Amino acid sequence: MASGIQLASPADVALSVRELTVSLPEGMERTHAVENISFDLKRGQILCIIGESGSGKSVTANAIMGLLPKAIRVSSGAIHLDGVNIVGLSPHKLRGLRGRVVSMIFQDPLSALNPLMTVGAQIEEVMVAHDVGTPVSRRSRAIDLLIEVGLPDPQLMYHQYPFRLSGGQRQRVMIAMALALEPAILIADEPTTALDVTTQAQILKLIRDIQRRKGMSIMFITHDFGVVAEIADYVVVMEKGHCVEQGSAEQVLTSPSHLYTRRLIAAVPHLTGTDRAPLDAADRGPILKVECLVKTYRSGSALFRRQRIVPAVNGVTFDLASGRTLGVVGESGSGKSSLGRLLIKLMESDSGSILFEGRDLAQLSEAKFRPLRPKIQMIFQDPFASLNPRSTVGQILTVGPVAHGMRYSEACERARELLSHIGLDSGAFDRYPHEFSGGQRQRIGIARALMFKPKLLIADEAVSALDVSIQAQILKLLDQIQRETGVSMIFITHDLRVASQICDEIAVMHRGQIVERGPPSQIFLDPKSSYTRELVAAIPGEQPGGMLQHDGYVEYPKQGETL
Amino acid sequence: MSGFLLNRLSQSIVLLVIVSIIGFTVLNLMPGGPLAQFGLDPGMTQKDVERLAAQLGLNRPLWIQYLDWAWRLLQGDWGHSFRDGSSVLTIIGRHLLATLLLMGTSTAFAIAVGAWIGIRGATHRYSLFDYCATAGAMVALSVPTFWFGLIGIYIFTLKLGWVPAGNMYTIGDGSVLDYLHHLILPSLVLSLVHVAVWSRYMRTATLDALSQDFVKTARAKGVSERRILLKHVVGNALLPMITLAGMQLPSILTGALVTETVFTWPGMGRLFLDSLGYSDYPVVMGLLIFSAILVVLGNLIADIIIATVDPRIRLG
Repeated sequence: MASGIQLASPADVALSVRELTVSLPEGMERTHAVENISFDLKRGQILCIIGESGSGKSVTANAIMGLLPKAIRVSSGAIHLDGVNIVGLSPHKLRGLRGRVVSMIFQDPLSALNPLMTVGAQIEEVMVAHDVGTPVSRRSRAIDLLIEVGLPDPQLMYHQYPFRLSGGQRQRVMIAMALALEPAILIADEPTTALDVTTQAQILKLIRDIQRRKGMSIMFITHDFGVVAEIADYVVVMEKGHCVEQGSAEQVLTSPSHLYTRRLIAAVPHLTGTDRAPLDAADRGPILKVECLVKTYRSGSALFRRQRIVPAVNGVTFDLASGRTLGVVGESGSGKSSLGRLLIKLMESDSGSILFEGRDLAQLSEAKFRPLRPKIQMIFQDPFASLNPRSTVGQILTVGPVAHGMRYSEACERARELLSHIGLDSGAFDRYPHEFSGGQRQRIGIARALMFKPKLLIADEAVSALDVSIQAQILKLLDQIQRETGVSMIFITHDLRVASQICDEIAVMHRGQIVERGPPSQIFLDPKSSYTRELVAAIPGEQPGGMLQHDGYVEYPKQGETL
Repeated sequence: MSGFLLNRLSQSIVLLVIVSIIGFTVLNLMPGGPLAQFGLDPGMTQKDVERLAAQLGLNRPLWIQYLDWAWRLLQGDWGHSFRDGSSVLTIIGRHLLATLLLMGTSTAFAIAVGAWIGIRGATHRYSLFDYCATAGAMVALSVPTFWFGLIGIYIFTLKLGWVPAGNMYTIGDGSVLDYLHHLILPSLVLSLVHVAVWSRYMRTATLDALSQDFVKTARAKGVSERRILLKHVVGNALLPMITLAGMQLPSILTGALVTETVFTWPGMGRLFLDSLGYSDYPVVMGLLIFSAILVVLGNLIADIIIATVDPRIRLG
């Protein structure tokens, strides 16, 4: 297992990368996307490449597929696919290998399929492209493949268009497509990152099952150590274009040698079996009391059309004690973001009440609510889209408070104070958002919310777009802010692990309703509802309250754990 | 699908009613009213004009006039021209064919050539071809059509003598070849600006489609670039173009004011200009309604085509 790359003989190596260097065009922040990396993918194994954004992991995958953009070239090194060096191969020969010897699945299954072609036609296209089979044989092969990846009703699925399929189903179609010509090597570029955690568990299991059944070699790219723990045989850790550590999964996960790997593993949020220490012993009254909140989306209400009714938030009731954090956890479509928007009145509720400091926000008109707005602030998910690129950080921070009557000089003073408080130097005041990294921007977003000295912060997936190490820093910052200011928080997330880090209490949402509420320890160790159990079980690489789960998976699969 | 159609149709009808009311009102607010030109006629006294107005029902309240006009419109009576008394529908029909011939050929040519330039510009981005196409489009868009028309006449008629300077046919000839001979220059001039517009839109749409993930998927499957272009890129890039084509449909039938004037083409554009000049209200109103119907129809047809082509709308 732990054999070094030198020992691998060519016969049992499906893919070998040697001293690969890919140069970037001039004017980029680095000269090389990847520099001098070497690793082997052995036959019948799953190799995980893990790294944060900008580590060069996707460039490596694209180099192996021969799919690098024109501006980026392999400047030196060799890539042997099944014994053939593909560096410098003609585009025509490369095309002959793609889909036949090596195939690839991508991160976002929603956009990776052509919306105008049926599922069947897209699977058959692989065979058409390589001139394999007859129309009749291709069709039956496509249906076999749909069965193989576990899609229901393959005959119907064959004629279906992608938009009718869920994210998980589309990723299954992608896998079916990748398997069509039984390639020796499958490259999976973050194939489960865009999926819900329960779907992710199913897809990971499918990939593992297929790999075992067919003895395929898989190169799996991910940023998630949980996923690594689930499926990897061998791990390559990349940082800024360099391979900093590689070894068997067990070795890298349990005794990482490189500092960066150790930092990464330490930054991975875990399910904590213990609850967060409360701020102080004194029992505080509730700051927010939500009762039977309902929001139903209606669409297509025009004449002669069927109306679509989606109950987004369906009778949600909870309360939040002052100075505490409530985590709202759910999968996509569970209504958690709708709930957040209702609380801050970005959207009107249909019925129910939102008692904030004793006043019912649900009944207030926008004009009456406006004076209360500074007290309830939001931190958004996407640190890139949520800051106006044409405003300086100073403008972004001060425009709101000034609109609410703060003197400009006072606002500026507070802005500079906050910037240094959240860990940016005060020179940031005059700079523009694009000059900052994602993590720094999210800090700016937090500072913007804090400008108003809010009583309640609503963080909607505030750390979901960030790398784990940055994620850990932001969570720490939020925790620190809460301890200092006593602000109450509603933390909306899809990630139970993150929620367990920062929340005093967690509400699990499913189909617009809160199915379970309780402290993290209870949710993770003793879940009452079957849905919560399912969610907790689906978290990759976790045992509740435990460390990363690393033993067991290399030798035998744990059936039944993930659905 | 049928729900979708009914929905769109009912919207369209409401829209047409609103357009006709506004058009009718605005036209009647014009100084002098419908009988303005008779006021200047020395042979007509004030009494004669009043009698004429009473005869035509023009002295009734405006809303009754509108209802009367709309009711007759629904029954197929679009009124009669003040100029020669012939039926408005007949007049429109007489000019429609000429416009259809001119605009039809030039639009078809423009779409085909423009789409080709756009696709090629996108696949060969930043090549010499792309730069030339971009520059050419800018010139065609910024220089007025009548100038191209005059220059065309100067070069190809006066200097080279290849094509006639105007009119749809030579009196006394009127063979198919003669029509084509007259058609070449105006349709080319007219298509210039459309080629420019189409190539720009098509280039953007193609680039957009090329950057989609499913194109990368197709490459990863080993599909050839040619097939990727035909099967994955062009189809998706053409979707937004259908809407654009739908918006151009009305102009195919309502004509080109400037080009028809420069080339003395007896089409709808010139009919509209002439009728306005004569304050020929029934004809102007008829043309207004006619083009409103075409706009609505063009959009409707485009929506139907998109719905047929795009499964997300057809089945969604």
